[in-house]
Amino acid sequence: MKKSIKSWKFIPCLVLLLALSLIVGGCGTNSQTDAAGKEAYKIGAVIDISGNSSSLGVPERDTLKMMEEQLNAKGGINGHPVELEILDNKSTEQEAVTAVKGLIDKGVLAVIGCSSSGPSMAMIPTVQNAKIPMISLAAASSIVEPVSERQWVFKTPQSDIVMVNKIIGYLQSNNLQKVAFMSMNNSYGDGGKKTFAVAAKESNITIVAEEKFAADDKDMTPQLTRVKASGSQAVIVWAIPPSASILTKNFKDMGLTIPLIHSHGVGNQNFIDLAQGAADGVILPIGKLAVADQISADDPQKKVLDNYITDYTKKYNSAPNSFGGYAVDAFNLLVNAIEKAGADRTAIRDQLEKTQGYTGISGIFNMSAQDHNGLKPDSAVMVRIENGKWKLIK
Amino acid sequence: MGEQLLQLLFSGLTVGSIYSLMGLSIVSLFNITGILNLAQGEFVVIGALIAVSLCSIGMPMIVVFPVSILLAALLGGLIERLTINRARGASNLNMLIITIGISISLRGLALLIWGTDTYSLPAFTKGGPLFLGGAALNPQSIWIFALAVVNFAGMYLFFEHTYWGKAVKASVNNRTGARLQGINPHTISLLAFVTAGGLGAAAGVSIGPITMVTYDMGFMLGVKGFVAAAIGGLSNVSGAVIGGLFLGILEAFSSGLISSSLKDAISIIILILVLLFRPEGIIGAKRERKI
Repeated sequence: MKKSIKSWKFIPCLVLLLALSLIVGGCGTNSQTDAAGKEAYKIGAVIDISGNSSSLGVPERDTLKMMEEQLNAKGGINGHPVELEILDNKSTEQEAVTAVKGLIDKGVLAVIGCSSSGPSMAMIPTVQNAKIPMISLAAASSIVEPVSERQWVFKTPQSDIVMVNKIIGYLQSNNLQKVAFMSMNNSYGDGGKKTFAVAAKESNITIVAEEKFAADDKDMTPQLTRVKASGSQAVIVWAIPPSASILTKNFKDMGLTIPLIHSHGVGNQNFIDLAQGAADGVILPIGKLAVADQISADDPQKKVLDNYITDYTKKYNSAPNSFGGYAVDAFNLLVNAIEKAGADRTAIRDQLEKTQGYTGISGIFNMSAQDHNGLKPDSAVMVRIENGKWKLIK
Repeated sequence: MGEQLLQLLFSGLTVGSIYSLMGLSIVSLFNITGILNLAQGEFVVIGALIAVSLCSIGMPMIVVFPVSILLAALLGGLIERLTINRARGASNLNMLIITIGISISLRGLALLIWGTDTYSLPAFTKGGPLFLGGAALNPQSIWIFALAVVNFAGMYLFFEHTYWGKAVKASVNNRTGARLQGINPHTISLLAFVTAGGLGAAAGVSIGPITMVTYDMGFMLGVKGFVAAAIGGLSNVSGAVIGGLFLGILEAFSSGLISSSLKDAISIIILILVLLFRPEGIIGAKRERKI
């Protein structure tokens, strides 16, 4: 009897909690209309702002906010202001799916995200079912392949295969035939590993050791010990910071002298800073943004790159990186498509697929019904890190 | 092969001493207050992040180390006064849940102040790794190991060989009895949290150069520390050290010799096995229960 009386006390608390959650939930943004009375176009974004991939997500969020401001200052799309809602997926698959479902319920026209491959992959079934165009900012080729199962999904970073071919080219021209491959134990690492294994086989490069590590591992010495014993002539690593930086430090500490080749996942200053000097000598394929000051003046991307660097640096007091660049391209591709298609999701998707000759930060995009990325190998360059700076390898 | 094994041993000892440090702090707080502090990992992170901020304004490491310990100790004391002290008399389960709350709040606080970036801290001593028998050893690992040893020695002497250490342990078992002897359990609880905060910061500043610092890395550290402490039987100071080193070495060898994807699974499996078959710890802690 005493117990039942006690439990009565909880009920008002529960009611209060429920009421509170309803109030908070009900505070969603109402669509604004501008002075001319045209309804705002809603776009959603799900970004890895906190968690393991935050080094990717934060510049992306900052870039998207800047792009939204610039666009609305210019009068939006055909007079419609753009309302961009950016949600954080905490770098997890579950939060990404919850976030995208929430955005779809709010009636967004399209979704940008996520920053990393795992959460992007997790959102695909949801957007495919809801028939909402999605532009991912993550690298794995499997996000847009096979296109027959990914009609609604596009992505702006160079696919793994573009970067893998750059690396293979470097290995061949330096006559390195036995390599070790190390990857993060997630979709990004697995994507790179699969693509590299296929490409290496075709070009007679032998993988003598394959190692994995977790995104939050603190010491990769055991894996590197195995690599050292394998007699490989170079190490290829498919990871993002901080684990990529820790690995690089361990690599140097162990006194390994073979070439260390990273993927474009380390294409930000954060990687170099965290490695505390150990990053010098690291070789990687990367978009042209990082070396915009070193590419030739007649490069078709030169002007786009310089504009973005100027705008971003002015607003945030730090240089942009390739991840922010992926967001620029996603936002612009979407704006171009909405401009032609209006507030019709199917038409937006069709327009995205028809994108031709869009000159962006990551390259020149030519999409088709077979290619939802649209970038060619010429969109990347090989760089070497020297004194904490990116140096173009010519 | 010998060189490879030695390298794995060094790696295991480095990671193991980090776990030992975590385990030691958890055990000491448990011994003094009877509270299993699941926020210990957050103390480590906050301590390390304070050090990051102090370093960024140009303080030398020799000043940063004590100042961050001091600040984190103050924070530990403040938290004890605001939460644990207000809930005095609550059951140990309630206290455990409160520490989970503290851990979530501290993580949120770290996120608000320092954001999601990963930071690095400078190593205590400059210079590259040492090479012993062909295997590389990071000098910072020696510092971490030394800190674990000093911590261990201090606590062992305090708890086992001083009157006060024994008195403190006794006050956990019998609060009324302790009071009658003139020991105020509330003051002891405050001091225990001040120490936990300070020890956490000391661990954080020393492991920062190796592990880097992110606002959310405390949880996993806390779990590993808990496993280390549980292997040693939760109230046993030497058990926590041995448990931590054992766990680190086992992880290094299993990822270096079998497969690197097994690592985290192994520590959780060990935790389950220990809790199932030897809840008193694998190192004869039964002696303690007989007192």
